[in-house]
Amino acid sequence: MQKTMENKAIICRELTKEFGDFKAVDRISFEVNQGEIFGFLGANGAGKTTAMRILCGLSYPSSGEATVAGFDVYKQQEQIKKNIGYMSQKFSLYDNLTTLENIEFYGGVYGLSRPEIKERSAQLVHTLGLEKEVKKLVGDLPLGWKQKLAFSVAIFHRPKIVFLDEPTGGVDPITRRQFWDMIYEAAASGITVFVTTHYMDEAEYCHRISVMVDGRVEAIDSPANLKARFHTDSMDEVFYQLARGAKRTAD
Amino acid sequence: MKLLFVFIRKEFYHVFRDRRTLLILFGLPIVQIILFGYALSSEVKNIGIAIQDNAHDIHTAQITEKIQSSSYFKLQPAVSNYADIEQQFKNGSIKCALVFPVNFGADLLRTGGAQIQLIADASDPNTATTLTNYLQSIINSYQQQLNPNAKISYEIIPETRQLYNEEQNGSLNFVPGVIALIFMIVSTALTSVAVVREKELGTMEILLVSPLKPVMVLIAKAIPYLVLSLINFVVILVLSVFLLKVEIKGSVALLFAESILFIITCLALGLLISNVTASQQTAMLISMMGMMLPTLILTGFMFPLENMPVLFQLISHVIPSRYYYIIIKNVMLKGLGFGYVWKETLVLAFMTVSLLAIALRKFKTRLA
Repeated sequence: MQKTMENKAIICRELTKEFGDFKAVDRISFEVNQGEIFGFLGANGAGKTTAMRILCGLSYPSSGEATVAGFDVYKQQEQIKKNIGYMSQKFSLYDNLTTLENIEFYGGVYGLSRPEIKERSAQLVHTLGLEKEVKKLVGDLPLGWKQKLAFSVAIFHRPKIVFLDEPTGGVDPITRRQFWDMIYEAAASGITVFVTTHYMDEAEYCHRISVMVDGRVEAIDSPANLKARFHTDSMDEVFYQLARGAKRTAD
Repeated sequence: MKLLFVFIRKEFYHVFRDRRTLLILFGLPIVQIILFGYALSSEVKNIGIAIQDNAHDIHTAQITEKIQSSSYFKLQPAVSNYADIEQQFKNGSIKCALVFPVNFGADLLRTGGAQIQLIADASDPNTATTLTNYLQSIINSYQQQLNPNAKISYEIIPETRQLYNEEQNGSLNFVPGVIALIFMIVSTALTSVAVVREKELGTMEILLVSPLKPVMVLIAKAIPYLVLSLINFVVILVLSVFLLKVEIKGSVALLFAESILFIITCLALGLLISNVTASQQTAMLISMMGMMLPTLILTGFMFPLENMPVLFQLISHVIPSRYYYIIIKNVMLKGLGFGYVWKETLVLAFMTVSLLAIALRKFKTRLA
């Protein structure tokens, strides 16, 4: 048992979150392997955000069990937070800080030492080709660069798992493609990627996806298997067939 | 500790790169001090006065001269009838007028009693009262001059002293109020906006997901504004002492300690506001309308609390700046020690602790 726990980045068993009578998350169970790119799909209001908040150590479940990077969501929120990275659709960089200052700030928040920050930021700036923009305010960077920078910052402290909440909102298709290249690189280096998205072409890039409907995980498999199961060759169709039974209205 | 430092440094970047914030932070105190110190002076100086002298004798001449030599009044060209006086009241060149009747001097000597008419523009009642008082005291002093040896069987001579402010320096009253006001603006408004801005940007989410403890986020947000408020405090004190000639009579250390307490009260208020609002505009509006107006009106620095309806007097008891205003006034202007302000300090401390507790609780419940 202990052995398998170590290989799994995330384990959820019967995880439930209730707000009064309302079951935002209704007994969901799934596992995410280390180094896997796991797509977390669902219509608005299906309970994705609530589930993700629990996994990020931001709120407590009502019942069920879950571990993230081997840490318990009830008792070890602090440990979870140290071992995950997070990026939201807002990209969440400080506009009136320069590129380097943003990197230094987030590095500092995660407790990296000064030499570590220095070394890694130099490396990061080089990889992203941002040498000329280091001293520029982030507010002046194009959206696509901001997004790449936000992702790099989210994995700057080398977390075990990175949570991406609709990370490609409002970004053009080419940049989105490049962004996914970065995700693959991160996954190849051993970081588990947990990503929510509304773009079905992106769902295809994931190793496995789960689809949430009305607080429940209705399907979980690789994109190819899901398409085979629903006798279709498009993920759109898979998603539509699963989600159309939803009773909840989007929030 | 290192985390806190990283965070605080970031906050300072924000402050120093935002012109709007900088302007509010350092422009406002200076403007306010100058405005309240000079423009909004309640002192009576160089007030236009017209004299209609129908008697033209030695007594009227001497009284006129006395008025002219006083710094309160500025004598306008003599007038000969009431229509002229009224005209001057209307165009604003005078705020009061003095009318000597025909035979003023003769009546005074022959019958031992003469009449004189004082007319004041009472559209501003306070000033009108002050002016007539000044005029009466000038006339009274002339009267005494006339009878140096007169034997009055019973005489009461009031010996008035204006305690704590012998020179009647009007800035004295404003400075403590302005200090309270500025802390309200800098600490409450700017802090609430700073926190809400992170919510709007989405960076708050990232901070909450990070290992930073929520308390740390709040502390890190508050400390820069505490420091900046203290710098402001020094600026205001320096301006007051050198520009407005306000003398600090009490202990400067006590002033600082009390100010730090009040700044923390304001910061707690700001954090509380930021927890219940979602946009920078709302936060600004609540801070400005909800905090500044009561500070302006209900602390007693612009309008005496004692004259207000009971309801407002009651409300004023929950306004933190009211207590701070009393403390600062007592320490700075009267030179009193902690023994005289401990009650107000206690109230303020209690308010601060409660506000902080509520702010923290709100911040945490939002996470659950």
